[in-house]
This record gives sequence, C-alpha cells and structure tokens, in this order.
Amino acid sequence: MKMQVRLKTPISEQDIRKLNAGDIVYLDGIVYTGRDEVHIHALEKAEHGDKPPVDFNRSVLYHCGPIMKKQGEAWTLVAAGPTTSSRMNSLEPKFIETFHPAAIIGKGGMSQPTIDAMSKHGAVYLAITGGAAVLAAKGVKKVHGVHWFELGMPEAIWVMETENFGPLIVAIDSHGKSLFADIDAIVKKNVDKVKKKLNIA
Amino acid sequence: MISEKTIQDAVVELLRKTVTRMTDDVVNELKAAAKRETEDAPKMQLKAILENLDLAEKTTTPLCQDTGVTIFYVSMPQCLKVDVEKGIIEGVRTATKVVPLRPNAVHPLTRKNPGDNVGRKMPYVNYKVWDKDYLEITVMTKGAGSENMSQLAMLTPSQGVKGVKEFILNTVLRAGSNPCPPTVLGVGIGGSSDIAAKLAKEALLRPINKPNEDPEIATMEKDLKEALNELGIGVMGLGGKTTVLGVNIEYAFCHTASLPVAVNVQCWAARRGTVQIFPDGKMKFPTHEGG
Repeated sequence: MKMQVRLKTPISEQDIRKLNAGDIVYLDGIVYTGRDEVHIHALEKAEHGDKPPVDFNRSVLYHCGPIMKKQGEAWTLVAAGPTTSSRMNSLEPKFIETFHPAAIIGKGGMSQPTIDAMSKHGAVYLAITGGAAVLAAKGVKKVHGVHWFELGMPEAIWVMETENFGPLIVAIDSHGKSLFADIDAIVKKNVDKVKKKLNIA
Repeated sequence: MISEKTIQDAVVELLRKTVTRMTDDVVNELKAAAKRETEDAPKMQLKAILENLDLAEKTTTPLCQDTGVTIFYVSMPQCLKVDVEKGIIEGVRTATKVVPLRPNAVHPLTRKNPGDNVGRKMPYVNYKVWDKDYLEITVMTKGAGSENMSQLAMLTPSQGVKGVKEFILNTVLRAGSNPCPPTVLGVGIGGSSDIAAKLAKEALLRPINKPNEDPEIATMEKDLKEALNELGIGVMGLGGKTTVLGVNIEYAFCHTASLPVAVNVQCWAARRGTVQIFPDGKMKFPTHEGG
C-alpha cells in the first residue's frame, strides 16, 4: 500500500525506515542544495578533519543548482528544479557514509553503490520532476543564505526553507528497492521487441 | 537601421521568451502524451510538467533552472555593417541579470564561473549569410542533463542503416532516465565527425511536428519514434508510453569510406526561439507569436 506522508527536516532514521519505494513525500524545513562541487569539497574537508559549513546529519540534500536573485542583501529563489543525480554516483556512497543525510532529492536515480549506502545508513532517494523548476520553487518559503558562493551560483550550498515541498516520490528506499531498477528490468525485456520493429534484430 | 543596441535588446527579449515559454509543437506533444498515459507515475510527472509550463508562462519565470549555455544561429544580410557578435554578447550579459538566466558558463578546466554567461567562445555563434534583407537570430537554451547524453559514432559504411538505427537505440538506452525524458532526438548522419555533431543539434531547431522533406528520412524518423516509445523508459525514467517526443534527422553527403552519426539528446524542455530584425529596426518573434 502506497502512503503519502509529510516529514519535517531533520528526519530520524526511524521515520526514513518506514518509507517504501513508491510512497509520496512532502517536506517541511531546511533543505540544502549540493551537487558536483559540494560533494567534492565537503569530502575533501572531511579528509582533512574539517567540517563543511552546514550539518548534513539527518538533513535533506537537494541535487539542485537554482536560479537566485539578489534583492538588497537578501536572496530570493527564482527556479529550482533538480539536476541529474547520476553525475554524483561516484561520490554519493562516501558522502552518505561520511555525513549521514536522511534523504537526497534529485532526478534520474542513482547506481547500486548509492542504493547500498542508503540501505546501510538509513537514507532514501526522493525523485522530483526534472525541469519543473517554477513548480518546485513554490514549495520554498525562504532562502536563509548561501555557503561557498565562490563555486558559482549553481554549485554553491543554498540553505532553503521548504513548506509542503513536493510531491516527491520515494524512488530508492532504505530497504534496497529502486523504482528505476524496476523500470530498467522492464526496458531490458522490451529491447528485443523494439529491435524487431526497427529491423535490426 | 539595425544597430548593436537593437541586436542587444532583441537578444534579451528573445532569451526571455525562449526560457519562459516553450513552442507550440513541443507543448502539444506533451499534452498528447498526458492523454495517452494510463499509469500513475508518468501521469503524475506529465501533470507536473504541464502545470509548470503554465506557471512559468504566467509569471514570466524560466521554466527550468538550467537555462543552458547560449548557442546562436545567425542568418545575416550581405551588406550588414554592424558587429552582430558584440550585440549578442551584451544581450546575453543583460539577459543573465534581468530575465534572469542561471550563470552556467565556466572555464572548462579551472571551472571558474565569471557569473555572466560570457567567456571565451561563449556565447557561441554560428553564421550564415543569406540573400534576404533582414537579420534572423535563433537561440537554443539547452540544459546539460540532456547534452551530456549526446553521442558521436564513426561507423563503417558496411554497418549502413542498421548500424545507424542500432547506434540511436543504444544512445537512448545508455541515456535512460538521465536526460529528463521524454526527449527529442536530433540526429546528424554523414558529413564528417564535426558536421554530424553540428547537424544533430541543428535538427533540433526544426519543429517536431514537421517531418524531414525527404520522404525516406521522414519514414525513418516516424519509425524510430514509434519503436523507441515501446522501450518503456518513460517520463523521467519512471515508465510509460512516452520515451521520445520526436526524432528529427538531418543528413549530409559524406566520404565513401565513412559513415558518421551523431545523436543530440534534448530534454522535454526543448526550448528554442527566433527573432527577425528588419532594416527599419522592427522585430518579429516567429516562434513565439501571440501570448
């Protein structure tokens, strides 16, 4: 039975373990953006015994490089859809192991080592519709600030306060199930039929 | 009179229209897909996509945060004595601030971001001189998620049509859920490695409801679209009947010993726009009439 839940960040491991692939989640509270450069730099810091500027423990990391606009001293969000998560495939298992986020939001899914790390450390992957950036921005109430802005607007850590942010689909749960892996299996079965149709079987 | 300032203003308006409102051919195909789907997951994704398009247009907000790098296609009258490129560069710089666009252009190795989408050879401008009296500027604002899935193959002539179709299929399979499907595939066949890649991207400038004028190529486009939609990758890779919105193929004659093929993968947010600037300075936006 699919369930629909509203969760407030930070999220306990107990709450995350209750989620199953296919469930729908809406979020409230702080969400941090982070993509390629944030993963690289945060892990480099950790290697040298330093900490990144925000506490990722049981937090929500959003694979997103938003468009922000500065009005006076404050930043306002313009558009904030997800980026392709698979670019972070090689860095995510180590990121999860080091910083213990509760959830990662993105699009397109992630590979087996990340699925394994999520099972081990009690995290989930939440899929949001790629390209639907204005809709996503509606769920962000306030931008609290930015860290590592020198990495460029898309690559910085943006601290965003969400309210009823979603719908997000639990696409990888903390029990090893991935909706994308299910679809991959279906696609593999369909390939022969498609090849026949194209006269290339 | 067409001045640099006229071009700059035209480019700002062109970018604003292009990133906030999609062309009818793609929107209609997305709406048709929403009607066709029966499963919950693709229906939910398409609903979000269509709602987002509506919101973006109503609020003149970029529909996707990835406003791409700006690649321009310019057709210019022979006697135009104005620095078109300067007008385009200043247009991009201004649009980045006022639309706003996301500053995406970085140095490829240091990854340093100047913050204004302008750098060495970016914006990138393709030129053509034509015999009309007006200047036409087309822009494609394409995100990296789909561009990263694009591929080039130097096939052998013996691999033939079969090899071309296999390569296109494999490109779609390899891309999977990553490029924000349903995608539009721009395919360039022939020429040389660089020409095939260029044709693949240019193929995306043609509306998806307009088949190639060569009937054999048009049939290939239609067959590929129908077959690829049976793969089941679906909207955002979450399954369903819509993996591609369209397949556009362009070709050029090539060396008897080679068969280059390039596939440029375009996300569902296939944003393109054209402005025409007439000798009296008046402008028309043929891709964005009405609204």
